Amino acid sequence: MENNLIYGINGPIVTVRNSHSFSMMEMVYVGEARLVGEVIGITSKVTTIQVYEETTGLKPGDEVFGTGNPMNILLGPGILDNIFDGIERPLKAIEKQSGSFISRGANVPSLDTDKKWNVTVTVKNGDVLQSGMIYATCPETEIIEHRCMVPPALSGEVVFVAKNGEYTINDTVVKIKDDKGEIHNLTLCQKWPIKTPRPVANRLPANKPLITGQRVIDTLFPISKGGTAAIPGGFGTGKTMTQHQLAKWCDADIIVYVGCGERGNEMSQVLDEFSELIDPKSNRPMTDRTTLIANTSNMPVAAREASIYTGITLAEYYRDMGYHVAIMADSTSRWAEALREISGRLEEMPAEEGFPAYLPSRLSEFYERAGLVQTLSNKEGSITIIGAVSPQGSDFSEPVTQNTKRFTRCFWALDKSLAYARHYPAINWMSSYSEYFTDLDPWYSENLGESFIKYRVKINAILHEENQLMEIVKLIGSDVLPDDQKLIIEIARVIRVGFLQQNAFHPDDTFVPLEKQKLMMKTILHLYKKSKHIINTSVPISYVLETGWFDKLTKMKYDIPNNNLSIFDQYINDIDEAFEKINAAVSV
Amino acid sequence: MILDYVGVKEINGSLIVLDDVENASFEEMVDIRLDNGTIRQGRIVQIEGKRVVVQVFEGTRAISLDNTRTRLSGHPMEIKLSPEILGRVFDGVGRPIDGMGDIFPDKFMNVNGTPINPVSRIYPRNFINTGISTIDTLMTLIRGQKLPIFSGSGMRHNELAVQIVRQAKIADSDEDNKFCVVFAAMGVKNDVAEYFRRSFEDSGVIERVVMFLNLSNDPIIERTLTPRCALTAAEYLAFEHNMHVLVIMTDITSYAEALREFSSSKGEIPGRKGYPGYLYSDLASLYERAGMVKGKKGSVTQIPILTMPNDDITHPVPDLTGYITEGQIVLDRSLEGAGLYPPVSVLPSLSRLMKDGIGEGYTRYDHSSLANQLFASYAKVMDARSLASVIGEEELSSSDKKYIEFGKLFEAKFVNQGFNENRSIEQSLDLGWELLSTLPRSELDRIDDAILDKFYKGK
Repeated sequence: MENNLIYGINGPIVTVRNSHSFSMMEMVYVGEARLVGEVIGITSKVTTIQVYEETTGLKPGDEVFGTGNPMNILLGPGILDNIFDGIERPLKAIEKQSGSFISRGANVPSLDTDKKWNVTVTVKNGDVLQSGMIYATCPETEIIEHRCMVPPALSGEVVFVAKNGEYTINDTVVKIKDDKGEIHNLTLCQKWPIKTPRPVANRLPANKPLITGQRVIDTLFPISKGGTAAIPGGFGTGKTMTQHQLAKWCDADIIVYVGCGERGNEMSQVLDEFSELIDPKSNRPMTDRTTLIANTSNMPVAAREASIYTGITLAEYYRDMGYHVAIMADSTSRWAEALREISGRLEEMPAEEGFPAYLPSRLSEFYERAGLVQTLSNKEGSITIIGAVSPQGSDFSEPVTQNTKRFTRCFWALDKSLAYARHYPAINWMSSYSEYFTDLDPWYSENLGESFIKYRVKINAILHEENQLMEIVKLIGSDVLPDDQKLIIEIARVIRVGFLQQNAFHPDDTFVPLEKQKLMMKTILHLYKKSKHIINTSVPISYVLETGWFDKLTKMKYDIPNNNLSIFDQYINDIDEAFEKINAAVSV
Repeated sequence: MILDYVGVKEINGSLIVLDDVENASFEEMVDIRLDNGTIRQGRIVQIEGKRVVVQVFEGTRAISLDNTRTRLSGHPMEIKLSPEILGRVFDGVGRPIDGMGDIFPDKFMNVNGTPINPVSRIYPRNFINTGISTIDTLMTLIRGQKLPIFSGSGMRHNELAVQIVRQAKIADSDEDNKFCVVFAAMGVKNDVAEYFRRSFEDSGVIERVVMFLNLSNDPIIERTLTPRCALTAAEYLAFEHNMHVLVIMTDITSYAEALREFSSSKGEIPGRKGYPGYLYSDLASLYERAGMVKGKKGSVTQIPILTMPNDDITHPVPDLTGYITEGQIVLDRSLEGAGLYPPVSVLPSLSRLMKDGIGEGYTRYDHSSLANQLFASYAKVMDARSLASVIGEEELSSSDKKYIEFGKLFEAKFVNQGFNENRSIEQSLDLGWELLSTLPRSELDRIDDAILDKFYKGK
């Protein structure tokens, strides 16, 4: 076979001349250090390869080795409670091999090949298996059962079944014979190309919410299981903080957290926090249901491009087992910039702001891999994608934000002025939106009652009215407003400070159950109704404010513990009494 | 076998192109000897078969198509390091320029460094007491953090940096924890570099300072390497010699401009404002070299200084910097104009690592509530001021008037501080409470009652 030798090198791009042995998107090893790369362009004269590691020291004439397969990753037990780089190399194992700094060409298997898993085989001789069906299970962590599935495009009759017991990921546990009589060995793991979506049986309508415990999201801008959301915001507006909160508290079974081109210290924070944080539902550390992909901003740019695909492929793998998966991508802008950087090196014709013209199609391909589905094994699973966007110069009209907006159905816009006032989560209630209301309203009315939706609509209306009034206040001050408009401003303050703002560091406030969210809205609206009624009888607003209930409700999130919601009834009674007193005082 | 290549094929800006080169490797260093005997250094930036593009650090002046002999060195850009570098002055690519002779190297290190494995990082938690109220209380500097100063031309960022260096103490200082400073000047004026040198001398830290100077008239190609040399030296001191290193880099904007100049001479496709598309990755490869590593006692803390062109925080350089660094200290021209020092604009400033490095066991348990409330209250001051500018201060409601008053006091007492004034963290926190106590208690909606009972002194 002919040798393929490096001809040119420019940053992460390497070219090979006069080769016909490569295919598009094939994974290759470059040079003596066997750096991982991918074929991204082929002409009859030149094959272009992007290398996922630093290319310093490569020479023309170094050999390039093909693998015959597209860029793929290994799927099997051992993914959870682990941290990988952008092309699924385990960072803990790399640390053992090469110390605190990542050296190049680290050749470590993605998953631990020596670890024994306690496998239960769930099929017997003579069973006919279709692709995607489950043939064995093992406890991957204390709370997650790993289900081994027949790889897509494979099916047949079981001809060998191993005894239940301890196996490594490469041991054969089942053999099947396909139509052509060929025998296939099924181990605990399989490979899958990261840029191809894994097949499913059916897509299901997105009619269940992903409950996050964050009031502004669950109430005003809900997202469904299998939905997509974008969190755009300039630096310092709390994108990462919001992502962390969602990862910690949302009710997905599995969390895939992709740190794409972000800070190294942030990843070490995630590692620290997630291993300390005990999941209240299972009493186990968060890491038991989490996998992390860390491609920090100083790691090679091509691997940053791959990290998003690696993350979504891992998510799809767990979805196929029948789990609800949430994937946090922080940040998709860094990924888009990686595309731009590589596109620039290839001297492609740039479109808007130097981004390649295929940016929108790449973004849509990614977000379309979300969804609530019926898997091939006839289970229900979902992938919810929550992508952070870091717009340049905090300008939401830039291409990544605009294109992301087209492909996501939730838009949680983070606002600089809210962040400056340390109002977190700094989700701006005027420019954010969710398109899932119609899908989710039936669920909300069934589980929380019709009133929940009514309250939400009312809260929203007050906030919008306040926004218009603030335009006037900015010009002439609030003193000149009539009392009923002043009341709107006061009650909106209670909603903003008491309801929308949420303290991630407060033990009760960091996660708030839906029932409490509903009662909080109910209490605020009760106060509003009472106040409005009494003001309409020409009682000055100062009487109403003096009751102290406006200030008291801004602190009810702290004062009422999540496990004692009966206090709300007390509050409503007390409010009634306070207004009785005003009535009595006025009528005298 | 060492070969000399005679002559060059093309010269374009700071780049030269050689033909028929065998065995060149990417980013390898080369020596270029001119006929008049001078030697210049260069680095291979692109290879196509036997055609090699070399970036010449000192510029291509006086190079002609056939007056050079070029030799490949066989290794990437490295600098010589030893503990003796403390107290020395180097040029932008690590050659001594203080006339005290060459360094006797203990180690050669590649200036590009290698990324720290995220698994090996220690999450930074130790507070650095800078003695400056605004920074300590509201945007606390943490050991291992990268916290840039966003400034503009003509503002007093250099003084601020010097004051931080002079006053910075590590909270749990013990004798083993040695402290030192690495200073990288990129495209700054000679007087500025001289100011820093003199200030380090005056405050008695000059023996613990390593300086890398690339002044504004030095070659731009060297400028793109200056921070890399400085950070390599910092990593060496921190991770091989267990020192706590504070790296000051000024001015990142000049660095980015040098990068742009170099990129356009290579004919690359420009991104926003003509800066290369990889500016983010490039800046990240500098900033991400801050941090602490498991098993090593030392740390690298960075304070990069950048001047925002036209005071525009959305300019690509401050914008991308803000996305990589863990917060920022923003200076404001109107505060500077009002004669306040340091002119720290509190609201857009931020320290992302602060929340885990303050409070009980680090500073004081009321710290985070106090900081939150100061931010929230000062944000209201801004609202009141913008209203006052429309309807006049007289017409404001009484609560807005209180905020205006609070704002004045906050700026005059809390933000404003002498160049030689070193406030302890307790002093700063108490001062914060004193100011908050001028507001009615009901306005302090970010603080628990228990804390208010203890610290609130108003009526």
